[in-house]
Amino acid sequence: MAKPMEQIKWQELEVGSVVVEVGNAKEYETGTWRSEKPVVNKEQCIKCGVCWLFCPDGCIVKAPEGHFEADLTYCKGCGICAKECPVGCITMISEEE
Amino acid sequence: MDRFSVFSSRLVTKSENFTSGHRACQGCAEALAVRHVMKALGRDTIVAMSTGCMEIISSPLPLTAWKVPWIHNAFENSSAVISGCESGMKAMMRKGRIPQKKINFVAMGGDGATADIGIGPLSGALERGHDMVYICYDNEAYMNTGIQRSSSTPYGASTTTSPAGKVSIGQHTQKKNMPQIAVAHDIPYVATACPSFPFDLIEKVKRAAEMPGGAYVHILSVCPTGWRIQPEDAIKYGRLAIDSCVFPLYEVINGKYRISYTPYKKLTVAEYLKGQGRFRHLTDKDIEKIQAKVDSDYLKILKRCEEDA
Ligand SMILES: Cc1ncc(C[n+]2csc(CCOP(=O)(O)OP(=O)(O)O)c2C)c(N)n1
Ligand code: SF4
Ligand code: SF4
Ligand code: SF4
Ligand SMILES: [Mg+2]
Repeated sequence: MAKPMEQIKWQELEVGSVVVEVGNAKEYETGTWRSEKPVVNKEQCIKCGVCWLFCPDGCIVKAPEGHFEADLTYCKGCGICAKECPVGCITMISEEE
Repeated sequence: MDRFSVFSSRLVTKSENFTSGHRACQGCAEALAVRHVMKALGRDTIVAMSTGCMEIISSPLPLTAWKVPWIHNAFENSSAVISGCESGMKAMMRKGRIPQKKINFVAMGGDGATADIGIGPLSGALERGHDMVYICYDNEAYMNTGIQRSSSTPYGASTTTSPAGKVSIGQHTQKKNMPQIAVAHDIPYVATACPSFPFDLIEKVKRAAEMPGGAYVHILSVCPTGWRIQPEDAIKYGRLAIDSCVFPLYEVINGKYRISYTPYKKLTVAEYLKGQGRFRHLTDKDIEKIQAKVDSDYLKILKRCEEDA
């Protein structure tokens, strides 16, 4: 777990500001940016994976039942998955509702 | 979806070498392009990346979205840095200091970094014949610093440094043809791609990496923020650019041209331009002029492909 930048003293930085943990950007939860979230109709989902392939944030996962679902920890609510789903089974819903 | 069936998505590798948690805007197709490219390249890859959106959003200290060795370098020198990595590691392999292994040496930059600021070092690296891949993410302006025009901004686009108004059409020069400049270096592989056509993109990046010697891949990367479109339309506009032949998908293998995708029905440029805020001010006459240029450029590519078929 990387400390937030403001808590890191310069003596603790790696020489050359090297980051030694790979892919630790996952500690930053971009889901907090979202104002709408995608909701999948499980019955209609044909499990094709198109939504997964087009998600710029790579945050669509296969649910245990086989359909695809957004990981809301990272989903920014862009709406691409809903737009590109070939059967139109994803709806964007306002977070307030 | 392109010529493959929608279920082909499931054949694409699950491994993500560019992780969630990156800070690109909602619906950024440039970040999607990076995600696809990194799926194609795999873990045995070293990346040198120029300053720009993709560098900023993926590497705010102390975090990184990359799962491969990656270095941020100054705007102009990703090609020079990766040349050095390639030469140095090849020498170490030759001397037995490190095990022999196929490693992908990849330099990446935006259109500003590629077509303007880093074009000299890129040309040098391609001319020296390093075994490397250069990837240009072309969102058609300097987006990271607030949508300034680059030499890759298309004619008629309004940007903050080429604003459209009473006396100006916006960008008044034609888009620099970077893929053709790469072809002029007589390198083994040049291709154009777009994340709206992910299978084509992934195939091309794999081919670029497998080919010994220099390779150049130019990726049209829709930027909802700078193009002034809705984030959910990012994939759609990439598809429109290709279906209207504004950005043809082709590859040049050892000097031989091959078209990779022919639209089922060629759309008009108006269908691509309309709805994009950056082209909102264009008149029918302006659009006619753009259509004529797109048609003649596309014919040139088709002719070369026919000659080489
Ligand atoms: C030599 C130099 N000049 C200017 C800058 C400021 N700068 C940082 S990113 C950027 C824009 C990059 O544009 P582009 O290469 O097209 O990538 P994009 O952000 O559009 O993906 C600029 C101008 C810099 N870092 N270095
Ligand atoms: S809304 Fe956007 S970020 Fe969220 S899962 Fe769909 S494509 Fe991914
Ligand atoms: S694109 Fe639609 S149908 Fe296909 S897996 Fe995703 S939600 Fe299911
Ligand atoms: S400005 Fe454009 S290219 Fe940059 S992160 Fe945002 S959408 Fe992506
Ligand atoms: Mg750019």
